[in-house]
Amino acid sequence: MSLVHEIDYGTPASHSQKTVTLTVDGAEVTVPEGTSVMRAAMEAGIQIPKLCATDMVDAFGSCRLCLVEIEGRNGTPSSCTTPAMDGLVVRTQTGRLKDIRRGVMELYISDHPLDCLTCAANGDCELQDMAGAVGLRDVRYGYEGENHVFPAAKTNGASNARFLPKDESNPYFTYDPSKCIVCSRCVRACEEVQGTFALTIEGRGFNSRVSPGMHESFLGSECVSCGACVQACPTATLTEKSVIEIGQPEHSKVTTCAYCGVGCSFKAEMRGEELVRMVPFKDGKANRGHSCVKGRFAYGYASHQDRILNPMIREKITDPWREVTWEEAYSHVASEFRRLQYQYGRNSIGGITSSRCTNEETFLVQKLIRAGFGNNNVDTCARVCHSPTGYGLKSTFGTSAGTQDFDSVEQTDVVIVIGANPTDGHPVFGSRLKKRLRQGAKLIVIDPRRIDLVRTPHVEAAYHLPLRPGTNVAVVTSLSHVIVTEGLFDEAFIRERCDWDEFQDWASFVSLPEHSPEAVEKLSGVPAEAIRGAARLFATGGNGAIYYGLGVTEHSQGSTTVMAIANLAMATGNIGREGVGVNPLRGQNNVQGACDMGSFPHELPGYRHISDDATRDIFEKLWGVQLQDEPGLRIPNMLDAAVDGTFRGIYIQGEDILQSDPDTKHVAAGLAAMECVVVHDLFLNETANYAHVFLPGSTFLEKDGTFTNAERRINRVRKVMSPRNGYADWEVTQNLAQAMGLGWNYTHPSQIMDEIAQTTPSFAGVSYDLLEREGSVQWPCNEKAPLGTPVMHIDGFVRGKGKFIRTEYVATDERTGPRFPLLLTTGRILSQYNVGAQTRRTENVVWHEEDRLEIHPHDAEQRGVCDGDWVKIASRAGETTLRAKVTDRVSPGVVYTTFHHPTTQANVVTTDFSDWATNCPEYKVTAVQIAPSNGPSEWQVEYESQAKQSRRIAAKLEAAE
Amino acid sequence: MSHNGTHDKLIYMANQIATFFTSQPRDGQVAGIADHINHFWEPRMRNQLFTILEEEGGKGLNELVIEAAKQIRRPAVA
Ligand code: SF4
Ligand code: SF4
Ligand code: SF4
Ligand code: FES
Repeated sequence: MSLVHEIDYGTPASHSQKTVTLTVDGAEVTVPEGTSVMRAAMEAGIQIPKLCATDMVDAFGSCRLCLVEIEGRNGTPSSCTTPAMDGLVVRTQTGRLKDIRRGVMELYISDHPLDCLTCAANGDCELQDMAGAVGLRDVRYGYEGENHVFPAAKTNGASNARFLPKDESNPYFTYDPSKCIVCSRCVRACEEVQGTFALTIEGRGFNSRVSPGMHESFLGSECVSCGACVQACPTATLTEKSVIEIGQPEHSKVTTCAYCGVGCSFKAEMRGEELVRMVPFKDGKANRGHSCVKGRFAYGYASHQDRILNPMIREKITDPWREVTWEEAYSHVASEFRRLQYQYGRNSIGGITSSRCTNEETFLVQKLIRAGFGNNNVDTCARVCHSPTGYGLKSTFGTSAGTQDFDSVEQTDVVIVIGANPTDGHPVFGSRLKKRLRQGAKLIVIDPRRIDLVRTPHVEAAYHLPLRPGTNVAVVTSLSHVIVTEGLFDEAFIRERCDWDEFQDWASFVSLPEHSPEAVEKLSGVPAEAIRGAARLFATGGNGAIYYGLGVTEHSQGSTTVMAIANLAMATGNIGREGVGVNPLRGQNNVQGACDMGSFPHELPGYRHISDDATRDIFEKLWGVQLQDEPGLRIPNMLDAAVDGTFRGIYIQGEDILQSDPDTKHVAAGLAAMECVVVHDLFLNETANYAHVFLPGSTFLEKDGTFTNAERRINRVRKVMSPRNGYADWEVTQNLAQAMGLGWNYTHPSQIMDEIAQTTPSFAGVSYDLLEREGSVQWPCNEKAPLGTPVMHIDGFVRGKGKFIRTEYVATDERTGPRFPLLLTTGRILSQYNVGAQTRRTENVVWHEEDRLEIHPHDAEQRGVCDGDWVKIASRAGETTLRAKVTDRVSPGVVYTTFHHPTTQANVVTTDFSDWATNCPEYKVTAVQIAPSNGPSEWQVEYESQAKQSRRIAAKLEAAE
Repeated sequence: MSHNGTHDKLIYMANQIATFFTSQPRDGQVAGIADHINHFWEPRMRNQLFTILEEEGGKGLNELVIEAAKQIRRPAVA
């Protein structure tokens, strides 16, 4: 094993179709027009010395190390800023160049500490490499003069005003100004790649220094800790703390982030089985070499002391846990599940698959349920987030997935972001979007809250429609109203691709006066002129793309809004090519995959309904069982049935439904009514408080498999260390299946993928061999598309003709009134992830110690609430307390919070209203009242003590494993 | 059967589905509701719906749901 090596070409690739041919050191090389001489040389295998250039950012031309000679030109131009041209004859190594380079290096080194042997970057320092490359042998200048290296002058001990101490405020990396060569790579990375503009170079010449904000610490600045600057830095100035602690890595493997649906590719850089650092992989097709703070830095949970490593059992949930052997745990679960089925019927048990686990693991859990339990009571956490996406897009387009790849955003001219907060929820996509917006694409934000994108450095939304929560359908339908009534629709596209009669029916529906912006203004609070302007811009501004998130789906009309979005895209002809499309931003890393793998109770893998005889036949033949042809229970239905007494046992892999699902009290009641709750997870999560059996899980670093991201991209997950609990999750499920009498015998996840390919047409071409060769592919991947499908519906919709569906706005029954006059909506922030089980166990807590309630100054004042005060938030479902943050990011009448911390218990407040089609809960609208409070609510206190009680572990097994 | 939470919730859900289809073109409304319930409701839930229809005269249910019932599949096993 060795490090996965990536070539630094010095400057970014040019995408020009035109090519030019030049000669570098006698070698002829042909490159796209716009390529730098430096990059052209590298393509020919010639590495020109460089310091300030790197291919993740545009060239700047400041270090003067990369000089070359060009025949017929005077002087020594820098190769990083000189474009390659036809017929150039370039020489990279001449006596004159050698002298200049040595002189440049001598100056750099004379203001640089010479502690190379003990420096964290030793072996991975470009300054060191360049000193070697140019043949620097001595440095004539001493350190007596002006320098940035020593705190005090050597001669007289006078303090050195130029010296700056280390900044160690960021939990993951350090900034040591004494090692800085002021190449500005970090500054450019922060601007161009991340788009945060947190760093500047202040001062000039010898005085110039890198500074976060205005002399702030990294932690105190705008910095979002994405790490792009650390990656860009050629010296030890910006260095991962883990590298300082451990040392340089010696081997690496490419794997996929296990946090969000962007699905960034990383090199996991290792020393033995110790993870040294995660470095985003340039060839990763979702992230193109970028990452966010979670994927790059927040992996500490994998080795956190809270991880449970031995299986545990208990009789009653009030008992303490007792550690047992794996065998005992399996046979206990098997006999309990069989007993329940014997006593209460075959359909009295079920399971939940995980959006955090691999496709292979998810496939096995649903297989265990369908083939082993003999029923279809399988569901997944996508129920509570994107199930309306599946339903809405399947009805209109014919597939339950987004239409584009992330690269597509580079061709987009107008973007609608609705109910999503990409800079927090999907940061790397957020950065790619911001980059496109800085190049001039226009932005329309539809969100109750002024999300960061609305105004951030060098980006400003053309329109922000701050709608009242719950009025998405009205607003999106109204956009279509404007487009249809003003004749802005794409008739040619619609006639060719969609059902014309259905379009006409829909067109007359949206044209009704009640859908006009003026009428909708009254419901939504969005000025009619803004709706008109946004509609016109979207219809006429060129390639239009729509990105949406949970702010669309988590409503009682979630599915209807998805259809309204699909209608809008079809009406404007924005489907079926680069730069357009309808793109759900998926929450968890493998939500897409979990849905693809047949995690829903009515669907077999590949979105085929369970009542379809031909599909069942494929699986029945292969698995040698008969499958039920009726849909099973969805999560909320399981809980209802549990309360009713007809559902008694559940196997939950990697989900924390007690914390993530709405109406906590109802979930708790459902779980408490069951006789055998099996939780398979890394930690004793909140759901485990109600469990009878705990099976320890493994992290993404400890197993092989695949995740499928929001672009339908199937990415490999590679094992870099042995599972600390002994078994990868797929092995645990397999052992459990064996204990229940199923004759499974997979020895590697690749065999599970082969079974998926064999049974599921859209995966027919997928294999680990293919993924090894291609890096990743996007489904459908089969005979027709052997390398996958980046953009869908190119020559026609999957369902044949695109279907326009009427979308009538129906006000949610969750209404404000005198008792509950405010609307609560929920969201997430960058540094934390979902219910926070992982991120809370990393240093990321420095950015988000607690959930806060955002409230408009006007509403706060009325209630006598000041910033930072404890407030009680009450709905008809329950009440909880948290601290207030007074801000005008939310409109009057709206309050907002995140749900990352279990003590906040935000879901005690959310109600059991849900999407009409899919039962996806209505998280985004709850009528509430706010009042000052002195501390935790009764429920919070009770819950805390119950949780503490429940986490006791009495008997430890002697030898672990 | 007592009027517990599940019972009321089921009526609510059925009516929500009916509300969506009410706005759809006339000829597809009833079939749309029946089809949706056949596709997504587990037999236990459909049984409960039939109980409400038959033993309680469909009290609380939207008229379109009652009309759609003729096309809703009766589960084989209870
Ligand atoms: S970590 Fe990211 S946001 Fe922070 S300064 Fe570096 S590039 Fe900018
Ligand atoms: S911190 Fe690193 S990348 Fe930034 S200017 Fe200094 S040496 Fe260059
Ligand atoms: S959390 Fe998402 S955006 Fe961040 S590194 Fe992981 S996959 Fe990429
Ligand atoms: S690498 Fe070209 S000037 Fe620095």
